[in-house]
Amino acid sequence: MNVIELVNLEKVYHEDMPEIAVHAVNKLNLAISHGEAVGIVGPSGCGKSTLMQLIGCLDRPTRGSYLLENHDVARFGDNELARVRNKSIGFVFQTFNLLARYTALENVMLPLKYSNDPDPKGKSLAALEKVGLANRAHHLPNELSGGQKQRVAIARALVNTPAILLADEPTGALDSRTGAEILDLLLELNSHGSTLIIVTHDLGVARRMKRVVKLRDGRVEADGTPEAVLGAVEAH
Amino acid sequence: MSILETIRTALRALMSNKMRSVLTMLGVVIGVSAVVAMLALGEGTKADIETNIRSLGADVLTVRNGPAQRGAVRAQSVDSLKLEDAEALTAVDNVIAVAPASNGSAQIKRLAGNIGAQVIGVTPAYFQVQKLNIEQGNAITDAQVRGRLHSCVLGANIYNTLFPLGDAIGDHVKIKGLSFQVVGVLESKGSGFSSADDNVLVPITTHMSTLFGRQFVSSITVQVASEDLIDAAKTDVEAFLRMRHRLKPGDDSDFNISSTKDVLEAVGQITGVMTAFLAALAAISLVVGGIGIMNIMLVSVRERTREIGVRMAVGARRRDILLQFLIEAVTVSVLGGLIGLAIGAGGAYGMSKAVGTGFSLPVYAIVLSMVVSLATGVCFGVWPARSASKLDPVEALRYE
Ligand SMILES: Nc1ncnc2c1ncn2[C@@H]1O[C@H](COP(=O)(O)OP(=O)(O)OP(=O)(O)O)[C@@H](O)[C@H]1O
Ligand SMILES: [Mg+2]
Repeated sequence: MNVIELVNLEKVYHEDMPEIAVHAVNKLNLAISHGEAVGIVGPSGCGKSTLMQLIGCLDRPTRGSYLLENHDVARFGDNELARVRNKSIGFVFQTFNLLARYTALENVMLPLKYSNDPDPKGKSLAALEKVGLANRAHHLPNELSGGQKQRVAIARALVNTPAILLADEPTGALDSRTGAEILDLLLELNSHGSTLIIVTHDLGVARRMKRVVKLRDGRVEADGTPEAVLGAVEAH
Repeated sequence: MSILETIRTALRALMSNKMRSVLTMLGVVIGVSAVVAMLALGEGTKADIETNIRSLGADVLTVRNGPAQRGAVRAQSVDSLKLEDAEALTAVDNVIAVAPASNGSAQIKRLAGNIGAQVIGVTPAYFQVQKLNIEQGNAITDAQVRGRLHSCVLGANIYNTLFPLGDAIGDHVKIKGLSFQVVGVLESKGSGFSSADDNVLVPITTHMSTLFGRQFVSSITVQVASEDLIDAAKTDVEAFLRMRHRLKPGDDSDFNISSTKDVLEAVGQITGVMTAFLAALAAISLVVGGIGIMNIMLVSVRERTREIGVRMAVGARRRDILLQFLIEAVTVSVLGGLIGLAIGAGGAYGMSKAVGTGFSLPVYAIVLSMVVSLATGVCFGVWPARSASKLDPVEALRYE
């Protein structure tokens, strides 16, 4: 079953001003099924982040349809989008996006607070345990290393057990060894059933996915196994 | 997010920037404390005045010369009240005492002592009606009135000034150069406006003929059998005097009658105006305080754009963001209001103790200051909070 189905999806920035309008996502078609691990690659500016924001319900497409677990996202109001972001999607950012004045634990608790969860603390401690940071629960973000910050962000993304984990260059701000650890963590979560979509520039990261989608100018240029897609790149 | 959790989030944001929060509060603190202090002092003074007026008794009517008062405007005064009017008034139903008085002021001298005083011509009834007690000697008697004797009763302050060594009874003082024998000294009434302590009382006949050469008395105070009869007695006294003054129906009275109730109503009116003035002042200072809050909240929303983006990304609804910022603004203003209330009440209390004026913290002042500071927070917090809630999640996350 497809968890995500994009049909002729378009995102145009500044559509009302033709001189500066940008077709960041241009009639893109893509279907992703449950439990997949997908890497999204492509040159800078090809629309990867824009696509992730659309999938993550942070933004609305200009045209086209987006079916999330067979629900038409275009029909969702602001509150429903917020609910989807809270329950169905976990977003991991390149720059972590932790709240500086909140401890690791409080950052992880945030999504649960917005869903009025009865046991935010217990679940958050469990999530921190999962990412191996139980002993840093009461530290502030600036007392943590980059890799630890990203682990906190991942704990926050998975604490509501979302169907989809989205990560936009999660290893981009980390050294290669730490990056590899973060990737291991995300893949482990994927092996437990979460659908994982990672945007990356790092071909090493992309090669560890089961499927790679290559974008160019807001469209899918290639889609297949890492060998098929990335091999084609090398042959270029 | 639950309201409780939202409140905690808001408090946390305020705590993390204490200095700024305190400074933001200052406008409301100053506004509310000024208003509360003035209300407390105003109410206290009003209560003082009322106590003073009430001490005259709610069972007396005061008749004065001149046309009946119309509204606040008093037409030119015409003297009309004679001593005989006062004597005749004892015949009116329910009247138990009638005390005419003739007012003047003069220097009172004894040896090197010299003091300005209100010299009031009275009859024995005056002491009863004005509830004056004699400390030493006796009150003015009917015999002294009939005989136009040069007798006087001194108020406590006058006595203390002129007779520092005591022993006044039987001694003499000079009023307008004439020698008067001291027959009594009044018990001190303590502070209060136009206190009897600064008065010198002489027989009314002596006052009107020998001292001031008057044909008419200044006022006639009428004591009525009970407070409930005051309105009926007022009508009777008026009709009686109109008849004596041979006024035709439709003619204006050439005197006016006021009861303690009338005076209290007038005081109430004046304090009403004062309260309205204070309310205007409150509005201005709170608008200023509110603008301060709005200003800081707008800056705060801008500074925390990224935080708002993060919150939205993990599932905050627009309503959650709106409430978070609105509660921050309201917390600042209400806390400011509470602090202002404490400072205002404390300041007014200290001032009343220092200066000796009245202090009374009316419940409405407490409720008003709370309601108004709450309203200030809501009014001036809603616009920044709305602008925070309207942010686009992607734009907010991208904000540097
Ligand atoms: N808010 C915006 N307003 C206008 N244009 C935008 C906006 N965001 C992105 N774009 C444009 O849309 C295109 C796609 O941007 P996007 O951020 O999706 O690229 P990307 O593939 O993530 O690039 P990178 O690998 O460098 O992160 C770019 O040309 C960019 O300039
Ligand atoms: Mg990008």
